[in-house]
Amino acid sequence: MAPHDLRRPFKRPLISDQEKRRQQSLLRQAQNRRDAQNHARFLASTALSLEQPHELEPEPELHDELIPDSEAPESPKELDVVEASKLKGAEARKWFAKQLMHPEWMIDIPENLSQDWFVFARPSGKRCFVVSCNGTTISRLRNGSILHRFPSELPNGARRKDSSGPAQSYSILDCIFHEVDQTYYVIDMVCWRGYSLYDCAAEFRFFWLNSKLAETGACEPPSHYHKYRFSLVPVYCCDQSGLCAAYTGSVPYVKDGLLFYNKHAHYQTGITPLALVWKDENCSQYVMDTDSKGQVPNQQQVVLELQEGGKLCTSDDPPVVFGCLDGGFMHESELHSGCLVRFAIGEGGLVLVDGKLEKADLNYLGKANRARASADSFSKVMFQYSVRHSPLRIDDLLGSVNSAADESNKVCDIEMDG
Amino acid sequence: MAMEVTQILLNAQAVDGALRKQAEENLKQFQEQNLPSFLYSLAGELANDEKPAESRKLAGLILKNALDAKEQHRKIELVQRWLSLDPTLKAQIKALLLRTLSSPSVDARSTVSQVIAKVAGIELPHKQWPELIGSLLSNVHQLPAPTRQATLETLGYICEEVSPDVVDQDHVNKILTAVVQGMNSTEENNDVRLAAVRALYNALGFAQANFSNDMERDYIMRIVCETTLSPDVKIRRAAFECLVAISSTYYEKLAPYIQDIFNITAKAVKEDEEQVALQAIEFWSSICDEEIDILEEYGGDFSADSDIPCFYFIKQALSFLVPMLLETLLKQDEDQDQDEGAWNIAMAGGTCLGLVARTVGDDIVPLVMPFIQENISKPDWRQREAATYAFGSILEGPSPEKLEPLVTMALNFMLTALMKDPSNHVKDTTAWTLGRMFEFLHGTALDTPIITPANCQQIVTVLIQSMKDVPNVAEKACGALYFLAQGYEDAGSASSPLTPYFQDIVQALLTVTHREDAVESRLRTAAYEALNEVVRCSNDETAPMVVQLAPLIMLELHNTLENQKVSSDERQNELQGLLCGCLQVIIQKLGSSEPTKYHFMQYADQIMALFLRVFASRSATAHEEAMLAIGALAYATGPDFAKYMTEFYKYLEMGLQNFEDYQVCAITVGVVGDVCRALEEKILPYCDGIMTQLLKDLSSNQLHRSVKPPIFSCFGDIALAIGENFEKYLLYAMPMLQSAAELSAHTSGADDDMTEYTNSLRNGILEAYSGIFQGFKGSPKTQLLMPYAPHVLQFLDSLYMEKDMDDVVTKTAIGVLGDLADTLGSSAGPLIQQSVSSKDFLKECLSSDDHLIKESAEWAKLAISRAISF
Repeated sequence: MAPHDLRRPFKRPLISDQEKRRQQSLLRQAQNRRDAQNHARFLASTALSLEQPHELEPEPELHDELIPDSEAPESPKELDVVEASKLKGAEARKWFAKQLMHPEWMIDIPENLSQDWFVFARPSGKRCFVVSCNGTTISRLRNGSILHRFPSELPNGARRKDSSGPAQSYSILDCIFHEVDQTYYVIDMVCWRGYSLYDCAAEFRFFWLNSKLAETGACEPPSHYHKYRFSLVPVYCCDQSGLCAAYTGSVPYVKDGLLFYNKHAHYQTGITPLALVWKDENCSQYVMDTDSKGQVPNQQQVVLELQEGGKLCTSDDPPVVFGCLDGGFMHESELHSGCLVRFAIGEGGLVLVDGKLEKADLNYLGKANRARASADSFSKVMFQYSVRHSPLRIDDLLGSVNSAADESNKVCDIEMDG
Repeated sequence: MAMEVTQILLNAQAVDGALRKQAEENLKQFQEQNLPSFLYSLAGELANDEKPAESRKLAGLILKNALDAKEQHRKIELVQRWLSLDPTLKAQIKALLLRTLSSPSVDARSTVSQVIAKVAGIELPHKQWPELIGSLLSNVHQLPAPTRQATLETLGYICEEVSPDVVDQDHVNKILTAVVQGMNSTEENNDVRLAAVRALYNALGFAQANFSNDMERDYIMRIVCETTLSPDVKIRRAAFECLVAISSTYYEKLAPYIQDIFNITAKAVKEDEEQVALQAIEFWSSICDEEIDILEEYGGDFSADSDIPCFYFIKQALSFLVPMLLETLLKQDEDQDQDEGAWNIAMAGGTCLGLVARTVGDDIVPLVMPFIQENISKPDWRQREAATYAFGSILEGPSPEKLEPLVTMALNFMLTALMKDPSNHVKDTTAWTLGRMFEFLHGTALDTPIITPANCQQIVTVLIQSMKDVPNVAEKACGALYFLAQGYEDAGSASSPLTPYFQDIVQALLTVTHREDAVESRLRTAAYEALNEVVRCSNDETAPMVVQLAPLIMLELHNTLENQKVSSDERQNELQGLLCGCLQVIIQKLGSSEPTKYHFMQYADQIMALFLRVFASRSATAHEEAMLAIGALAYATGPDFAKYMTEFYKYLEMGLQNFEDYQVCAITVGVVGDVCRALEEKILPYCDGIMTQLLKDLSSNQLHRSVKPPIFSCFGDIALAIGENFEKYLLYAMPMLQSAAELSAHTSGADDDMTEYTNSLRNGILEAYSGIFQGFKGSPKTQLLMPYAPHVLQFLDSLYMEKDMDDVVTKTAIGVLGDLADTLGSSAGPLIQQSVSSKDFLKECLSSDDHLIKESAEWAKLAISRAISF
């Protein structure tokens, strides 16, 4: 029953700096724990990895030498992204230029197209990486240069007080900027609020993209704090109705072919056979390559890289060799290793044996335009070649999707009989 | 034997050390050999009026200590020991105790009333000693005044000791009746009245039912109010203490009495002795506390619900209350700013004024401004100080729109006063007021900044100058600088107006820490605190200077460690704590961005060596700070931290064993988490030791309970770091988690504190499960977790059914559901489908407004859909 001490803090803040340090440490630890936990969750789970990965690779006999070694290329770790988000100028350009996932061209139909793949109509426009962080949003083209710097409703995409989560946490979207309606169409999600989705299957990335983007208000019309509208692209399972919807369905943007994404594939930088692009005249204005005047040349043209010993190579890793130049010709035309050289494919065409390029009839045209960053990929050359000779048609695709369904029906029947 | 006890008890208080030691030894032996007889002898000694007062008093004290202890585990032991004693013996002891209440010796009476309360504290919750209250009450009515007084005191102690639910309402009614009658002015003996008022203070918690009854409440309130007018100052003070307690316990019942209470308190503040006036002011401070809480619960939305309605007592009394409080401000003591323990009516009045401002907001401003204008330039320092204090007090509460023009106008005046006023007292309050301006009206969130590039230089110059003033003024100047820096905390990497002065500020603060009188008035602490805040708010431009600061602080720490070899004292340890704290802030700041981290890392080896040396000191605070700093270092260093582990490990273990300074233990547990995340699988060689220690900690009843939830979370950190290697600990960790889960599944009937603790325990347990499941993901040993899955799901289900999880637990719980599904996959599919959690709970979480809960739930949904689709 001792009388109580009445004294209250006088001319003192209620919380001491020591207490503040303690609380901030606890906060940091809780945040780190959450990050570690989330990181673990976002790694492909056992359930997800059961079907990985060998049967997923389409037509291995054709692409053997093209399929990138899944171990070898430096897979961008989360840390790299954090660092990169702070890079500036040329360094940033260099880094971002390597970060996009690029589809191969579809020259054969993958197995299990209807089960393991998504399809969607690719918007026509500028492919770019959109990074929102620290109160600003920056879009970068595939060569790494900046397209726009603007405020957006993406997480930490504009300088506003109310954003949830730490201001440094970044989000990265893979987008196509569509000039006509000034809209960023989001085709993939790479990082969200600081969590890396690189190691997540496409199925999960699309799921996350669909549930998260709309929450932010980024899909709303432009406003003071939100300069460009973002929009989702309808993604379908690649069964018959999905494929039809993607091919014929009306979308608010100009289509440029169809993109096929393997559901189980992670976001892999560079060219990957687990994402494919296909097009015909009905779904793209640019089926056949045009020259600098916008005309389709009589003969197919290819750009190849001149390498040591005069070898003419594609941009693939490892490269496919199309032929060889002799030293005298190189000297005469002032060509040296590293040059990008333009050729026309002559009457002899391309000769394939067992899926491997045996012979190519190349006619020298000259050095490629300086703006070109790299040579054509093998799949691009082959796609362009097949467009001119025996194109892969939508009916072929639909057929493969149907026959897959038929097959599974058959299997089903047998089991029921047995 | 009895004679002997008396002598031993007297010897135990002898001046002669040897004699005393011998006696203490004898008592110890006696107690160990025959406890019942020992206790009986003590009670007999206490009851025997023939015995010397000294031996009786010590007998009572030893008896009291045989029934209760501060440490929770010891307390439980003593309770069990008493309960297991022979009932006949206990009855004899209790009879002796009750008899002693009538002893002519005042010491014996006062000692025994405490002993009785301790016995009651053990027995009443076990439904024993039912006749106690009855026999005490019979004392109150007839016996001589000293016995009545002792009995009322006993009732008061009992009410303090036991919880209201172990005393039945009939007894409560009788106790209150007896107590209030004892307070009545018809009671002529002042000692009895005082005992009664103090007993009422403790009994108020029992009076819920009586305060709901209008007649009874009116009666109690009338007597309490009358008692505040007693001629005896102690009684008046005790009566005001009751009013203060009533204001917080029965706020919602006060409306009919508030007018009378205002009159009584106003009179006391004006004319009564200070100790009474302080209680009268405290009544209004306490009402402010209540209304601030209620209004906060409304959350600015006045149509929203609160458990208790706001009666706006402060708003209604405002025009009388504010002048009364302003009046007190002029009654300062001469040296109150130099005296750490000072508390007087001016300080209490000013504090209350600040609370009133927080309660009513803008309305207070026009009531205070005339007083400020009237007094701020007067020749008497008391008037200038009172005016300044009034201004500083109202800076928190009113809207920025209301205050900004006033502050902008006053800023220059204050800066001049801080430089030129002849009174230290005025300068102290002026520096404090500047700090308040910066704290509440400066920051990137405010529309019109009071600090502009134009006046920033002058402010910094004045503050730096003021840091050379007497210690108490310099301390406030450091505090003002703290808030000046804090205002730029959210500015991000944008250029700060402080940047040009960064170097000067840091230099000035370091100079302050070296002042010879820096230990006075907390000055050194304030300087380091300000330095920490300046570091925290540094930006890209000033980061290089922070990098340069690191070796300076390291050198300081090195010097104290060298000095320590010569002599070690508390100040030295305190300084080490401050330096470790500062280094922690530097590490955290520089470690948070890659370029600065890179520069800082050159010091990592040296800094770690210094921290390890700090552990050689015996100061818990220094240990705590060093440990926190090491945690930050581990986070910044990442896997390279492995190289420090051989040396660091023993201190880590020491920290985990520190039951006594449980804060150190708790912080060490957190640092284990940091180290796990930094080292990942490289932590493995140390895990046996760490896990053993953590398991020991959990089983100990000596360790403060607040450390247990973080220990469970730490299991999760370890499992996540070492993955399937956690296998060998499953056998120990899982049963512990399981039994803790069972205990924490239900909170029914617990109070708010207990519910909060239970939720933190749940969160720890769930984080452990999360870490373990995620750690095993993808391992061939996943199936080892299968046997635990049913229990984990049951735990989630029961948490869901209980409906009292907070948001954090909800988020963690739904995450565990996902982790379980993710790791166990299809083999757990059927189990998951049977659980309520996977349906209703998940559904609720999916539609939660809480961003984090929803995110976890979406993830869980995906993981579950996988698990059950195979």
